[in-house]
Amino acid sequence: MLTVVLACAAILLALAPAAVTLARSPAATRLIYGACLIVSAVSLAAALTHLLGGAPPAAVTLPLGLPWLGAHLRIDALSAFFLAVVDLGAFAASLFALGYGEHEAAPERVLPFYPAFLAAMTLVVLADDAFTFLVSWEFMSLSSWALVMSHHRVPDNVRAGYIYLLMASFGTLALLLAFGLLAGPDGLYTFAEMRAAHPSATLGALVLILALIGAGSKAGLVPLHVWLPLAHPAAPSHVSALMSGVMTKVAVYGLVRIVFDLAGPPAWWWSIVVLALAGITTVMGVLYALMQHDLKRLLAYHTVENIGIICIGLGLALAFEAHGMRFAAALAFTAALLHVFNHSLFKSLLFFGAGAVLTATGERDMDHLGGLIHRMPQTAFVFLIGCAAISALPPLNGFVSEWLTFQAILLSPQLPSWGLKLLVPAVGALLALSAALAAACFVKAYGVTFLGRPRRPAATAAAETDRFSLAAMGLLAALCLMVGVLPGFFINALAPVSDLLVGGHMPAQTGAEWLALVPVAESRSSYDGLLVFLFMTLSAALAAFAIHRLASDRLRRAPAWDCGYPDPNPATQYTAMSFAQPIRRVFGTVVFRAREHGDMPPPGATRPARLSVEIHDLIWETIYAPIAAGIGNAADRLNRLQFLTIRQFLTLVFCTLVILLLVLAVWS
Amino acid sequence: MMADLAVQDLAVQGAQMLLVLLLAPALTGFVRKIKARLQRRQGPTLLQPYRDLIRLSRKDVVLAENASWLFRTIPYLIFAATWVAAALVPTFRTGLLFSWSADLIALIALLGSARFFLALAGLDVGTSFGGIGASREVMIASLAEPAMIMTVFTLALIAGSTQLSTMAEFMASPAVGLRVSLALGLFSLIMVAIAENGRIPVDNPATHLELTMVHEAMVLEYSGRHLALIELSSSLKLLLYVSIIACLFAPWAIAPAGASLPALAVGVVAYIVKVAVLGALLAVFETSIAKMRVFRVPEFLGAALMLGLLATLLRFVSGSF
Repeated sequence: MLTVVLACAAILLALAPAAVTLARSPAATRLIYGACLIVSAVSLAAALTHLLGGAPPAAVTLPLGLPWLGAHLRIDALSAFFLAVVDLGAFAASLFALGYGEHEAAPERVLPFYPAFLAAMTLVVLADDAFTFLVSWEFMSLSSWALVMSHHRVPDNVRAGYIYLLMASFGTLALLLAFGLLAGPDGLYTFAEMRAAHPSATLGALVLILALIGAGSKAGLVPLHVWLPLAHPAAPSHVSALMSGVMTKVAVYGLVRIVFDLAGPPAWWWSIVVLALAGITTVMGVLYALMQHDLKRLLAYHTVENIGIICIGLGLALAFEAHGMRFAAALAFTAALLHVFNHSLFKSLLFFGAGAVLTATGERDMDHLGGLIHRMPQTAFVFLIGCAAISALPPLNGFVSEWLTFQAILLSPQLPSWGLKLLVPAVGALLALSAALAAACFVKAYGVTFLGRPRRPAATAAAETDRFSLAAMGLLAALCLMVGVLPGFFINALAPVSDLLVGGHMPAQTGAEWLALVPVAESRSSYDGLLVFLFMTLSAALAAFAIHRLASDRLRRAPAWDCGYPDPNPATQYTAMSFAQPIRRVFGTVVFRAREHGDMPPPGATRPARLSVEIHDLIWETIYAPIAAGIGNAADRLNRLQFLTIRQFLTLVFCTLVILLLVLAVWS
Repeated sequence: MMADLAVQDLAVQGAQMLLVLLLAPALTGFVRKIKARLQRRQGPTLLQPYRDLIRLSRKDVVLAENASWLFRTIPYLIFAATWVAAALVPTFRTGLLFSWSADLIALIALLGSARFFLALAGLDVGTSFGGIGASREVMIASLAEPAMIMTVFTLALIAGSTQLSTMAEFMASPAVGLRVSLALGLFSLIMVAIAENGRIPVDNPATHLELTMVHEAMVLEYSGRHLALIELSSSLKLLLYVSIIACLFAPWAIAPAGASLPALAVGVVAYIVKVAVLGALLAVFETSIAKMRVFRVPEFLGAALMLGLLATLLRFVSGSF
């Protein structure tokens, strides 16, 4: 299977230069995305065969990279699972792009980097030594950066690309140091040697922190998330879907690989760091999202939130594992992995929907949209499924993984350490809060974009999107429902991964009546998505039938009632900003120091009244802005060095030499 | 014998589904009646909500011109989600046939689904009243839902289960005792129930055309059978919360699984008495208190959330609280 996957990656790599030569021909879009579609389907099949067939790990060493090391590649259950996530996302994105890519103004800026990006993500999850991992990781960052910069004439995109590049280099630096510590003084760069080398407690702790910085900045952990909501929306929508739905999962893979696999047995306090960061990330992500009125940026902030949810599961798994509670660790770990899969499904779906809206109207600002459900009914339907899934509503898939996380939290009073006893309930409250806020946010996103009346002519003139895009979205929506209704099969498929990393797995989930989900024991908790779905469908159908048959089925259209004061002006509707106003007032006054400034002219004045809202991104203002200002300041001062005379230069060189020699003398 | 038991289980589950459906409007009518009497009015009869529902369902639906297909589907979705949730709460007998298909967390999420769609319906026609209702509803829910989850955590940690039937059985057993966390949980649950059902002091179920209304603003554009379903769903939701409080905090005389017919009859009578008592208490509470400003509600619900969190923390720290 590994050979097949590697062959797929090689084809993708070969497609990149081919795309450079082809890009200007009219058939290039179809050709490249079609090829990516087929290749990712083959690779997906191979990854699933490995994962579901329970095949033993396979490894291969290619004579590439460092001459004394070579490129070690290996597929085990963890790689196979994440490879499946990558390939499924790539498959859906390529299918979507078959239609969406036709509208691209400059395909030569997208087509070459797209297959390269896919290949890089495949290689990251397959890498089995630090060098290959870091090279692939950096390749993934750079190819996605190129895609972010594909619309390079937009000033915001240039800034997004710049910040992304800085954060990506910073993250890679942290990962480089983490691997350096793991490799030790002997330079044991292969993962097998690192695994065998059990680092000391201090070293393990440092590795954890560095991995959290390195992989966390790529995944979007607060406060390292700043680049994400800028860069993800800047790319073309199918790439946004890949970056948000898939690349952040590759970052989670990096975190899991290092923390659970390479860094040795966890200390109990590791989980405290992870859980605290994850809890903050979850709530901050969704609160930021609520303040947005750009649809794609809102979705990007929700990625931050969902990464937080995944990391809550991982943190709990670490806590249970450190205390030897295998079973609970398996439950929490499975919940995290299932959420990885679920998030890749609905986030891709939602970004595709945003892309379809963007193609149809040319707008990303929700406050200019509205009423699209009438003009794009099919897109509206699948987007609604995505919204319900990400809001963790039963019977869809997002609820299943959050429910499992809650069940894991309910097992945690047995943890002996006090820090965790106090932290875990708080994290549970944050998770519940973020679930409720996410539902609020998607009511806003869907309601303002698709419902109501069109706010601008562009929204009035919108038309349904093409069939490829609809097929891609339909596929993902169907998967969202399937995972929600039949979660047992997907949980069973995760058993080998959980066996590999936390040394145990959840009991098989497809044995209970009606395929109910029973994580611990039936008397303790159970959930049956299938029955809930059936009951809801039956009750709704029964109610509709009974009322239409026995009472009335007549209907007539009339102007809206609106308490007798309907106003034909669409500006009287609630917008994204006004919808979020109550929540902004409750949470935003503290978190964002949000202030409303009303300017009401006196009676008789002819100028209009104005209401403006002031929102501060405190993370940017307190952490990043001072750093940026400090660097700018230092650069200004050092700039003087450029204008020294030759004599001054020589003096400077001489002084430096003397100081270095002195340091050397003192040192030895 | 096994077949008998299975038939009884099925019959009880069916009876429960019908019972909640039939009892829900009566509870709404009962609360209105008591409130009217407390205000020295005669008040409509207990049957009035039933008559309203029948009258509404016979009328034509007058649909706003730009209402979408979603707007017409949502009443059925809300009704289905609420009815399924209400049918899974043990009322007169524990060990319901399908109670394992959704535990308490899933029930809350089902109600969350109903609210999600109702808020969308508020935005569908594109009127300002719908928007105001929807945006306030989600603000209230964003605090009420975590408070509810925290209460569930507390109760689940005491009973060792999130399964309502198991929890009710445990609460009925002598192993429970008096606990601080239970009292905190009860307070939090009552506050959430008041907010979720849009009762005074959070929202006023009896007004239209008031700027502070929430629920009524969202459903302003509904008429005819759609409105009937929404009214029925909100009655069901009130009954559901009353049932949850009754089965967890007053589980007396609730019949165990496999109980005989007389025991079931006692269970039904006890359940109706409990619902009546809780309904009367709600009416007295609503009459004796004034409605809050909308932006006082977060403080009210924040208190519920803190109580719930405190109760959960107590349970995490020590098993004896």
